Amino acid sequence: MADTIKIKIDGKEIITAKGKTILEAATDNGVYIPTLCHFPGVPPKGSCRICTVKVNNRFMTSCSTPVADGMTIDNNHDEIKDYRKSIVELLFISGNHFCPACEKSGNCELQALAYRLGMLVPRFPYSFPNKEVDASSPKIIKEQNRCILCKRCIKTIKDKEGKRYFAFNRRGNHLEVVLDKQMGQAISDKLAQQAMENCPVGSIIYKGKGFSEPIGSRKFDKKPIGSSIEE
Amino acid sequence: MEKKVIATTSLAGCFGCHMSFLDIDERLLDLIELVEFNKSPIDDIKRFTKPVDIGIIEGGCANSENVEVLRYFRENCKILVSLGECAIMGGLPAMRNGISIDECLAEAYLNGPTVQLNKEKILPNDEEIPMLLDRVVPCHEVVKIDYFLPGCAPRADLIWDALVAIVTGKEMDLPYEVIKFD
Ligand code: SF4
Ligand code: SF4
Ligand code: FES
Repeated sequence: MADTIKIKIDGKEIITAKGKTILEAATDNGVYIPTLCHFPGVPPKGSCRICTVKVNNRFMTSCSTPVADGMTIDNNHDEIKDYRKSIVELLFISGNHFCPACEKSGNCELQALAYRLGMLVPRFPYSFPNKEVDASSPKIIKEQNRCILCKRCIKTIKDKEGKRYFAFNRRGNHLEVVLDKQMGQAISDKLAQQAMENCPVGSIIYKGKGFSEPIGSRKFDKKPIGSSIEE
Repeated sequence: MEKKVIATTSLAGCFGCHMSFLDIDERLLDLIELVEFNKSPIDDIKRFTKPVDIGIIEGGCANSENVEVLRYFRENCKILVSLGECAIMGGLPAMRNGISIDECLAEAYLNGPTVQLNKEKILPNDEEIPMLLDRVVPCHEVVKIDYFLPGCAPRADLIWDALVAIVTGKEMDLPYEVIKFD
């Protein structure tokens, strides 16, 4: 069949279909590639770079690169693992990630990646930013010091007319993702909870919900992130 | 085998890491076969009395005394271990890093809801009192740290396995659940 494509990931032969991304082909076949900014169902942006693999010896983001016949993909090389770890470390030091005091701890993808990639301490110095915490919405706390600017909330949280609740604000080093003040006043419980869920980290907190699950029964307490794909 | 010498301290921490250390429970008896304690709140030895193999540091550096003690440990210990989130990244004390010292002191001694007795509005100013640092810093930004054991508090199993690994030279083989940041 013309639409069938053969690729190799870490030596494993995979048969997949034209039009899939490397990430999708890998996931379908039980190979875990870490992601942060990508959210299934919305077009990939390729901004966090955590899903980087080596394709025919060149670095590419697997969430945004379509498969092509004969690709040889390296997902497990020490060099790649270290790049990924350094991205996680940079995200940790560029925000204030006080995990013991964070509502998302145990369910946080950034933290789970740090566990999976074996981060004990970031190799870079902490920056201790002093960004705003916006608690003006009755439903949501937006903790800017934990935001990794992945855009998942911007892409996925919309009202019935398709208007977005979250948006970029300012630029460069000051870039932040903010909740629209007016829309934040009227956001429904359901959407506010969805926003918290879609955020990979603890930057969007649904008010009154924090710390509801005991340690030991949260998403990443017992099993590393990605293990459901590898099963 | 000669016993290794261990020292511990709590800098800007809550003693939770030390509590977790004691949570190794009956393995304390095995530990005493492997090591002897020197300067530590556990035995209340105040000054080092001999060279130490392993120094265990709980808490980050929030004031001048923390820095002095940490340097004293580095000078006297072959291996230094940062134990817990506060030692590793400042932890809860570092949540004041976005607030100026003036504001912190005013809240604690002048304006806070529980301040009742300070009629003369005195801020602590005796020269015996350690100076606060402008921000709380992790230990490895002050001295070289050799190993890091995260957690708040680090699980007792992690502390036990790490100590046995350092003392005996055996590799650690830890289950996933044991290394956590909270
Ligand atoms: S957002 Fe994640 S990494 Fe950051 S403090 Fe919360 S749990 Fe830790
Ligand atoms: S708030 Fe969360 S989902 Fe939105 S950009 Fe920041 S990290 Fe991403
Ligand atoms: S998940 Fe692919 S770049 Fe972020």
